[in-house]
Amino acid sequence: MHNKTIAELAKGLRSGEFSSVELTTAFLDRIKQHNSLNAYITVTEELALQEAKAADLKLAKGDAELLTGIPVAQKDIFCTEGVKTTCGSKMLDNFIAPYNATVVDKFNNAGAVMLGKLNMDEFAMGSSNETSYYGTVKNPWDTNTVPGGSSGGSASAVAARLAVCATGTDTGGSIRQPAALCGITGLKPTYGRVSRYGMIAYASSLDQGGPMTRSAEDAAIMLQTMAGFDEKDSTSVDLPVPDYMSGLSNSLQGLKIGLPKEFFGEGLNSDVAATLEAAINEYRKLGATVTEVSMPTLKLAIPAYYVIAPAECSANLSRFDGVRFGYRCESPVDLTDLYTRSRGEGFGKEVKRRILMGTYALSAGYYDAYYIKAQKIRRLISEDFKKALSEVDVIMGPVTPSIAFGIGEKIGNPIEMYLSDIYTIAINLAGVPAMSVPVGFAKGMPVGLQIIGNYFAEDKLLNIAHQYQQVTDWHTHTPKGFE
Amino acid sequence: MSLTADDVKKIAHLARLGIEEQDVASYAKDLSGMLDLMTQMSDLDTEGVEPMAHPMDQVQRLRADAVTEQDSREKFQAIAPQVEDGLYLVPKVIE
Repeated sequence: MHNKTIAELAKGLRSGEFSSVELTTAFLDRIKQHNSLNAYITVTEELALQEAKAADLKLAKGDAELLTGIPVAQKDIFCTEGVKTTCGSKMLDNFIAPYNATVVDKFNNAGAVMLGKLNMDEFAMGSSNETSYYGTVKNPWDTNTVPGGSSGGSASAVAARLAVCATGTDTGGSIRQPAALCGITGLKPTYGRVSRYGMIAYASSLDQGGPMTRSAEDAAIMLQTMAGFDEKDSTSVDLPVPDYMSGLSNSLQGLKIGLPKEFFGEGLNSDVAATLEAAINEYRKLGATVTEVSMPTLKLAIPAYYVIAPAECSANLSRFDGVRFGYRCESPVDLTDLYTRSRGEGFGKEVKRRILMGTYALSAGYYDAYYIKAQKIRRLISEDFKKALSEVDVIMGPVTPSIAFGIGEKIGNPIEMYLSDIYTIAINLAGVPAMSVPVGFAKGMPVGLQIIGNYFAEDKLLNIAHQYQQVTDWHTHTPKGFE
Repeated sequence: MSLTADDVKKIAHLARLGIEEQDVASYAKDLSGMLDLMTQMSDLDTEGVEPMAHPMDQVQRLRADAVTEQDSREKFQAIAPQVEDGLYLVPKVIE
């Protein structure tokens, strides 16, 4: 049961092959069995079984949707009413969300079953899941390596079949990088496509939620539920949501693929490069033509991001002050002591580093040199994308410079960790959508291909990924011990 | 560019962020490393480029000035560290 796609499971639920309660129980058992991956922070067993029973009633009555009765898991960044929502931080270890994120409401309305809340880097700041207060998540392909981050729990859980699919969020690569390192399919939609309401903010002009699944078809089904305008998110985009399923089988004959030369130079591991080359050849066989494009400002994406994201984070995280919710220090002597110690004790090291960086970049005398300069570079990067995407239909490239690295290998050197996000960060600055699709293995570990499209071209990305998955089977591989 | 231990303490104070004395040096080193990374930005001439704050260059939507939320004070205060008579309690601010 746990290896089936959403469409297959939906069919099985309707034919009476199995019930949602049986399906949910099977996943809850697997979560217990593979607890050592540390993918979940909270397992909502009782709630899941209640929701599964309700889904079975809906299915029996015949008023079910595609996701009705399907066990999904939520990244612990999405607020879930009555359920602990930690964002991977000690700061929110005692936080029971008083309302649902819009995304969570949408899954509830569709009748999906929530298995629990997934582990993540603290406040989504990290590329390895090692900054979580709840401990490192393991990559099921090799438990000595990281699953990537920040949506590391989501990627690990989907790869190990501990959920049919999961939500993730992506500020600088946090859906695509873990999807690549764990061999699953991940989509970061266009900024504004999925509501950010109730999704705990890291960098508001970059954050975007999206699906993490085993196939492009499953991602289309999930995105159909997640996407859409939301009155409660002031940056939500008011555009109709297309039918993501209907275009999946379109032919790729004549598709124009651009390869940025800046993506295939120094720093890209040669085994990863060879795997990507094979995938691009597969696209040639499907009728695509490939040309080189140039995006000269890409090299400044990391410095611009590490000004803009920390600046927004330092403002967003000022709400955690020990007064209204979350962690409060013991016996504060005065108000400043209350703020300073609650924040000092509640936040971990990486979060503090970024708050400090952001505070500095926004402080008097440095604002123009750092923040405004970074925003100008952001404009040039987005123009690079616009120009390239006027010449070709999609851009392809690596997601990560190498396969999953070892637990503990980079955590002591934050700058080196930041540099590993070189291929994903520019996409968030521009706001365009991008996917990671599993395209093979290097030294036994999964490799992801990144497909980047124009604003609101999620349907095209899903089509391109789905066509590849019709002629290859990389996305069906399961890590040993999790079959 | 490099930051001193005093710089780090000053920034931490601005952010009302407690950091352990023994960690100050490592934050100074990490932040200096980040600033080195950022100096690459000055290699590029951005004269006349309009700063970009938002991917869609959208303006904030306005809504009608009408009450849309219900009073949820009790619900929100149920998760507060310390409340009394509907008020959030903090250490005494005015003597």
